[in-house]
Amino acid sequence: MSKMTLKTEGDTHVIVTRHFAASPEAVYHAHTDPELIKKWLLGPEGWSMPVCISEARPGGKIRYEWTNGKGGGFHLTGEYLELNPCSRIVHVERMHLPDPTPDNHVETTFDRDGEGTSLTIRMTLPDEQTRANMLASGMERGMEASYLRLEEMI
Amino acid sequence: MRTKARTFAKNRLTISYHLYKLLQMDDLDAKFAALADPTRRAILARLSQGEATVNELVDPFEMSQPAISQHLKVLEGAGLIVSRVDGAKRPRRLAAAGIEAMDQWLAMLRTALEKNYDRLDEVLAGINQNKNGEIR
Repeated sequence: MSKMTLKTEGDTHVIVTRHFAASPEAVYHAHTDPELIKKWLLGPEGWSMPVCISEARPGGKIRYEWTNGKGGGFHLTGEYLELNPCSRIVHVERMHLPDPTPDNHVETTFDRDGEGTSLTIRMTLPDEQTRANMLASGMERGMEASYLRLEEMI
Repeated sequence: MRTKARTFAKNRLTISYHLYKLLQMDDLDAKFAALADPTRRAILARLSQGEATVNELVDPFEMSQPAISQHLKVLEGAGLIVSRVDGAKRPRRLAAAGIEAMDQWLAMLRTALEKNYDRLDEVLAGINQNKNGEIR
């Protein structure tokens, strides 16, 4: 079963969807509670998030700092714009590598789906160039291939 | 400097990093840009079934021959397809090396994103166990 989808929409959007076997309340909290965020938003093995600031209110700050424990690291900052508890989050974020990347405007929705939750992330990048040169379409293609492989494995 | 380079390589594995920085990788940049077009993706899908000439591609796509040729030029420039000479024809086929380079990159990307969500599954399972109707 392939759970995650990733596709482009229009010129500047990237849409990610994923199903979770938990209530929208639980998935929402896992996206806003710093203690929970630190447990999963880590990327590859070996990385941790020693600093996680998530002020889940309009205008609240977001700051995630990652480290690989060997002196390597980088961080992300952002601001919450709108929060509808347990159903929707709108925020902006940027990576510092160390120069800040263009703002990514992100709308995350949590919809009840049977016993679980359907998560939809809608990213809006500042312009077509930022997104088009990038991976979006290529990611989609690669993801599809990966899901096909995954389906064969299961 | 070596350590820095290694850190840089590792950082690349995070999803957001990919989202913004992939375009800075020269070789992959052209490949993804070439893919940011539905017709070119369809051409690749067609070529995945075997090589084809420009004329063989014109019919199914209902586009002019120059338009198809332009798309093929972009794909060839990106290293995603190659052509060979067969008399007056120049059949195109997928370039295995180019496709594979992108595939490996995407596999890493998918792994990082899936890993986050697999971990979230575990976190959520923990929340469910503890809650009995209450979150946290």
